[in-house]
Amino acid sequence: MSVDKETVRKVAHLARIAMPEERLEPLAGELSAILDWIEQLNEVDIEGVEAMASTVDVALPMRADETADGPTGGGQPDNIVRNAPKTEDHFFVVPKVVE
Amino acid sequence: MASPADMTLAQLRDALKKKEVSSREATDAYLTRIEKADALNAFVEVTADKARAMADASDARLGKGEGGALEGVPLGIKDIFCTEGVQTTAGSRMLEGFVPTYESTVTSQLWRDGAVMLGKLNMDEFAMGSSNETSYFGPVVNPCRRNDGSNAALTPGGSSGGSSAATAARLCAAATGTDTGGSIRQPASVTGTVGVKPTYGRCSRWGIVAFASSLDQAGPIAQDVRDAAILLRSMAGHDPKDSTSVDRPVPDYEAAIGGSIKGLKIGVPKEYRLDGMPEEIETLWSKGVQWMKDAGAEVVDISLPLTKYALPVYYIVAPAEASSNLARYDGVKYGHRAKEFTDITSLYENTRAEGFGDEVKRRVLIGAYVLSAGYYDAYYLRAQKVRKKIYDEFVEAFKSVDLILTPSTPSAAFGLGEKMADPVQMYLNDVFTVTGNLAGLPGGSVPAGLDASGLPLGLQLLARPFDEETLFKGLAALEAAAGPQGRPDDWWAA
Repeated sequence: MSVDKETVRKVAHLARIAMPEERLEPLAGELSAILDWIEQLNEVDIEGVEAMASTVDVALPMRADETADGPTGGGQPDNIVRNAPKTEDHFFVVPKVVE
Repeated sequence: MASPADMTLAQLRDALKKKEVSSREATDAYLTRIEKADALNAFVEVTADKARAMADASDARLGKGEGGALEGVPLGIKDIFCTEGVQTTAGSRMLEGFVPTYESTVTSQLWRDGAVMLGKLNMDEFAMGSSNETSYFGPVVNPCRRNDGSNAALTPGGSSGGSSAATAARLCAAATGTDTGGSIRQPASVTGTVGVKPTYGRCSRWGIVAFASSLDQAGPIAQDVRDAAILLRSMAGHDPKDSTSVDRPVPDYEAAIGGSIKGLKIGVPKEYRLDGMPEEIETLWSKGVQWMKDAGAEVVDISLPLTKYALPVYYIVAPAEASSNLARYDGVKYGHRAKEFTDITSLYENTRAEGFGDEVKRRVLIGAYVLSAGYYDAYYLRAQKVRKKIYDEFVEAFKSVDLILTPSTPSAAFGLGEKMADPVQMYLNDVFTVTGNLAGLPGGSVPAGLDASGLPLGLQLLARPFDEETLFKGLAALEAAAGPQGRPDDWWAA
C-alpha cells in the first residue's frame, strides 16, 4: 500500500473535497492500486532526459496589451456573473473570509 | 428516395445542395429518430426548436444558392463544447444548469459553415472514463448488440460515448468528440464508426471544458472516413484564443480520400501485441496488414519498446493536469454550490464532494498527490521525462514509416457494469490510443471487422504530426478493403 488512510485525508483536504471517514480506507486501497501500477515507470532510465510539458514546440504567442473585443473582452459584467450561484451587484457572494 | 437519416454526411450535403432534400426535412427525420431512442440515453439535451430554426435558416441560404461546407447538415455536439445559451454539463452534476454566454471556437466554426445543432451528447464526467458509465446523466447504451440473443446492454465506449452511439444509431449525421487518451477512437472502434483525433494544436481548445490541457484535442466521430474528413476541415484551424492552437493552413482533407497508398510505408509495432489479447483482434490486425500490402503499401516491422509505459505516464500527467484544471469548480463563479457550509473552506469541500462523481474524485486526488511536495519529482517529473522518451521513439519511427497500423482497442464492446469495479482494468481500454495523445500525433479508428458475437472491431492508424492527409488516405484504404460493415437495426425504437 503506497497510500494510507491519513494520506488520503491530507490529499482530499489539499484538493478541497470533503471525504466521509468511511471512504478514506477504501480510497487508500483504490489509490494505492493505481499508484502501485504506475510504479513500473521506475524501470525506465530517464538520466539526462528533459521533461516534456507539451508536444507543441512553439513559443507562447505575444499580443498587444489591450482589451479584446468579444467574449474574452471587458465590459460584460452581466455575462461574468450570469451562472454564479450567488451574486450581489455584479459581485460574487462568499462566506466571510476576513475577521 | 432514401430517408435523409439513412444518408452519410457527404450524401446529405450533396442532396441538400441539389435541393433533393431540405435541411428541415433532414432535421425532422433525425429529431424523430432521437425521440424514439430514449433507451440509448445518447443525448443530455435535445435542442429541437433551435435545430428547426437553424435548419430553416440553412434552407433559406441554400434556396439562394449560398451556404457553407456543412450547410443544413444536422450534427450532435458532445456536451463538453460550450454552446451559447444551451446548457453545457461535461457529464457532471457540477455543471448541471450551466448555460455558457459564449460559443466554443470549434462549434462556432461548424455554425459558420452552416451546420445544424440537434443537441448535446452524453459523455463520461469531465471526459474521465472509457465506458460512458461515469456520466452524472447515466450510461449511454451501445446500439450494437451481441448476436447471441442475450440482448445485454453494452458500453458505447468513452468518453465520447454519446457521440459514438448517436452516430452509429443515425441520430445525427455525425458528431463532435474530444480525445484525451482515446476518447474519440475507442468509442468509434466499439460502435462501428470512424473516429479521428487530429494532431494536438489542430483544433482550438477554447470553449471546451478542460480535462488535461496538454492532451485534449477535438475531432469528429462519423459514419465513414469521408464524413470524418469533411467534419474535421470545419472544426480545425488556428485560433488566437488558444495559445497552443497552431497557425497552419487547413488542407481539404476530403481530397485525400481515395488517393493511392502505393509506396507508402506502414509500420507495425510488435509491442502492440498484448498477452491475453483476443485472437480475433490479432487476426484482424493481420488482415489489415494484408489489405495495406494489397493496396501497394510496404509494410515493415517496427519497435516501440516504451509502449507499455504510456498508460502509467498518462495516469500521472492527465490527473495532475485535471486536478489543476478542476480547481476552478469552487461553488462561487459558476456551477454547483453546496447548501450546507460553515465557512469558505467547507463551501469548497462540500461543493466539490457533491458536484464530482467517484472517478473524477479519484483522479483529482491522484493528481493532487503526484503534484504534492515530496512526490513531484518521483511521479510528475519522471512521467514527463518518460513522455519525452515516448515522443522521441515516435519521431525516430516516423523517419522510416509514413503510418503506423495497430488495433484500436484490446477488446470489443463490453457489458455495462463489467469493468467499473477495477479502475486499472478500465484504464487498459486505452492502451493502444493513449500513445497518440502523449506524442500529440494524429490518429484514427476505422471499422474493420466483427468479432464472433457480431460486434464491431476497429483498426487504428497513427501519422506524423499535421499529416492528417496521409492519415485519411490510409484510413480510406482500410475502409475500402474491409468493405461494408452493416449497421445495427433499430431495436431501441420504442
